[in-house]
Amino acid sequence: MSEPLQKMEAASKLLELKNIDLSFGGVKAISNISFDVMEGEVRAIIGPNGAGKSSLLNVINGFYHPQQGEIWFDGKQRHAMKPYQIAYQGIARTFQNIALFKGMTVLDNIMTGRFTHMHKNMFWQALWKGPAEQEEIENREFVEHIIDFLEIQAIRKTPVGRLPYGLQKRVELGRALAAQPKMLLLDEPMAGMNVEEKEDMCRFILDVNDTFGTTIVLIEHDMGVVMDIADRVVVLDYGRKIGDGTPDVVRNDQTVIDAYLGVSH
Amino acid sequence: MFYRESGDFKKTYQKDSQTFPIKFDRWRYYFVMLVAFIVVPMFLTDYMANAVMIPFLVWAIAALGLNILVGYTGQLSLGTGGFMAVGAYATYKLMTSFPGMDMVSVVLLSGLVTAVVGALFGLPSLRIKGFYLAVATLAAQFFLVWLLNKVPWFYNYSASGQISAPQREMFGVIITGPHATPVAGYIFCLAFAIGLAWIARNLTRGRLGRSWMAIRDMDIAAEIIGVNPLIAKLSAFAVSSFFIGIAGSLFFSVYLGAAEVTEAFGISVSFAVLFMVIIGGLGSIFGSFIGAAFMVLMPVLLKNILVGGMGWPTDLAAHFEFIIVGGLILIFLIVEPHGLAQMARVLKEKLRLWPFPH
Amino acid sequence: MSADFLYTIEVILNGLMAGVMYSLVALGFVLIFKASGIFNYAQGVMALFAALTLVGIQTGQIPFSHLINAIFGTNMHHFGWQVPTIIAIILTVGVMVLFAIIVERYILHHLVNQEPIILFMATIGLAYFMEGFGDIMWGSEIKTLDVGLPSGGSIWLEEYTLGWAAEGERYYGMYLDKLDMVASLVAIVLVVSLTIFSQYTKTGRALRAVADDHQAALSVGISLRTIWVIVWSIAGFVALVAGIMWGAKSGVQFSLSLIALKALPVLMLGGFTSIPGAIIGGLIIGVGEKLFEFAIGPLIGGATENWFAYVLALMFLVFRPQGLFGEKIIERV
Repeated sequence: MSEPLQKMEAASKLLELKNIDLSFGGVKAISNISFDVMEGEVRAIIGPNGAGKSSLLNVINGFYHPQQGEIWFDGKQRHAMKPYQIAYQGIARTFQNIALFKGMTVLDNIMTGRFTHMHKNMFWQALWKGPAEQEEIENREFVEHIIDFLEIQAIRKTPVGRLPYGLQKRVELGRALAAQPKMLLLDEPMAGMNVEEKEDMCRFILDVNDTFGTTIVLIEHDMGVVMDIADRVVVLDYGRKIGDGTPDVVRNDQTVIDAYLGVSH
Repeated sequence: MFYRESGDFKKTYQKDSQTFPIKFDRWRYYFVMLVAFIVVPMFLTDYMANAVMIPFLVWAIAALGLNILVGYTGQLSLGTGGFMAVGAYATYKLMTSFPGMDMVSVVLLSGLVTAVVGALFGLPSLRIKGFYLAVATLAAQFFLVWLLNKVPWFYNYSASGQISAPQREMFGVIITGPHATPVAGYIFCLAFAIGLAWIARNLTRGRLGRSWMAIRDMDIAAEIIGVNPLIAKLSAFAVSSFFIGIAGSLFFSVYLGAAEVTEAFGISVSFAVLFMVIIGGLGSIFGSFIGAAFMVLMPVLLKNILVGGMGWPTDLAAHFEFIIVGGLILIFLIVEPHGLAQMARVLKEKLRLWPFPH
Repeated sequence: MSADFLYTIEVILNGLMAGVMYSLVALGFVLIFKASGIFNYAQGVMALFAALTLVGIQTGQIPFSHLINAIFGTNMHHFGWQVPTIIAIILTVGVMVLFAIIVERYILHHLVNQEPIILFMATIGLAYFMEGFGDIMWGSEIKTLDVGLPSGGSIWLEEYTLGWAAEGERYYGMYLDKLDMVASLVAIVLVVSLTIFSQYTKTGRALRAVADDHQAALSVGISLRTIWVIVWSIAGFVALVAGIMWGAKSGVQFSLSLIALKALPVLMLGGFTSIPGAIIGGLIIGVGEKLFEFAIGPLIGGATENWFAYVLALMFLVFRPQGLFGEKIIERV
């Protein structure tokens, strides 16, 4: 029970959002949200549909630029950046509706995750033999570790368009992991999965957090999963924060129960 | 079939990512190279070289270039004719301004010039997508052709507006100009075609190629993994134009010998190369060669059968060419959007299992 | 008024009318794009084919005569009769409807779920096919199109404006082609009727529903296939009108199909989904082209009309990728 608190005392804040406001035209998607994410923790974002959870992730990612507020990542304030620059900062993510490259194989998709770690320029690549091939093989080895970890060896040469939904989600996780991110953003990673697949996914997420110490922020609807794996939870409703704390604290908060959780009879 | 792929496992990643993982395929490739470089020149007639082999190689290079842009990066371009013209005119200016320069350097430099022009006209691709971009490339096509026609410096102020390639040799053999030997021209183009295919293969299987395909498949997700869309798209335009510029250079200096820009490099060229890429297979290097072979051979075949064999008037045969090309495009897009290359792959798989259905 | 000023007015008016002609072709594109999301590159060739068919029927040509002659060694070209213009037009419309049905059944139907780029390339294939097919069916010589439209400059206008220039300046009166003026009128009538059709009739509403969301339209009982046949038929009719106007102007020949290329910048400006946008885009391109050639063309060697429209559209697109009236494309992740 006191584990998350111990973790928190030792770790530092990896991400901090201060007073974020986000509007689209006349619609305010996010109002005055502030929270932080500690290094090494698993932070869940929950709330009813339309509460602004995905938009929040998009803000962290750099897709959306908030009209107000500050974003602090790894101790430095982050000013408006393009999403591809943020990838180099060490943030990776998966999407609610899978955003894999349908024309490529599983292996190639996960290799794209290594993009920020490969540096040999165009001319070495055109030649292939020599430094470019060497770099390719090194990164291939790393990707193979991830493929082993996610238990998808058998499908590595299959074009992802042909895979069932659950496996595609796993490949997308693999691509995000390949980037060796400091922070992993997962947008409903268990959506559409059955119990077995959910258990597998939970196991992978916890393993990643334990083994590599990757900080994880995930949006999730399944309260059982959230209670089990999250260290701390943020609750959103209509673009506002209505709860913030450990799963037990949040679960017993009256505002959260009224807005989202409901009471079991 | 002659070989099996089951039980063919590789022990190193290097072996696993080879272009020809199966030994039979590899030996077949070496054999084809041997035939192409040594056997063919021994039996090649001047007619075959000029009417079939040289244009095939030149168009294959152009198709390779366009495939990189359209097939791998998903950016539709209708400016191929204009870019080939840039390559041709760069070659002309280099040949006339630096008579001592060897042809290989001339061709490569022409490619580089075209790469720069291509990257420039690729800038709109950052804001414009899909067939809006195709229209932007049309601007490139029409503007470049007009420019090369209008500004006399490009054709050295000649009265006819035509450019002709002066005589050049390579290792003592004449390859350009009126006294060139077609077989020598064939080998020259062949060397470029193989070299460029090799480069294309390497680029498309590495980091750059993956960034191109990522842009093609989902450019938003591509940004997430760190791909800078500007660099990815511009590099695609640049590399593609490099290839197309070389094709234009060879088209002018070795194949045509003399050219007038609006006739030789008009919009029909852009469509022809696009058809080669579609028919051969989008995103396939082998497909670029097949598509080029098809578009070169088909008119020759049609003419021989219809005009030579059945005595039809030539314009009727030309109309039939339109019908067949158009019809084939439709059939391919409906039945197999990935072209002949994919059909070959599927056929191979089916033959592997034959007589079992699956 | 000075003669220069009058010339400029003349250039502008000619530009407006040229623009209207472009819009005629662009209209067909907009219709098809609105209803099926397909950019129909074959629209220009459809105009050519429609014009060829009209002339062929009118003058009693034997279809596929060249082919038949080549196979059988005969030498026939005409049936020997002439068909009155009105009946010929009606028959041609029938042919275009048949064309729409065949295209829907054998092409569109099979490409339903493909990406726009594939659909676009399919229409390029269709364009090439119809080009060859039209030539084989009716022959590729230039034909004159005579449906009773007036042609030549308006003498009345010339004489009327003769004295408008200032004292001492040479001015021969404003030259505006009668055919152009008729074409403008026809185009305006066509646009107005299409807009009314789209906004106020049941079928028009169904068309707009299909344009918005195929699935939703299906779920309220609208037959996608019927709508597509209707749309392609209307586009075929628009193509016929465009073919008549352009064909009467410069003869029915291959270059007619290249108008499709000119319509592209028009659509860039006006947006792909807006009928009024097609008109305004056409007018802007028409006037822009003519003015640019008139004012700046002589300084850089002329013939700028080859590329100016595209460059203008390109500049526009860079600043406003959806055109003047198009819908903004929002991508959701």
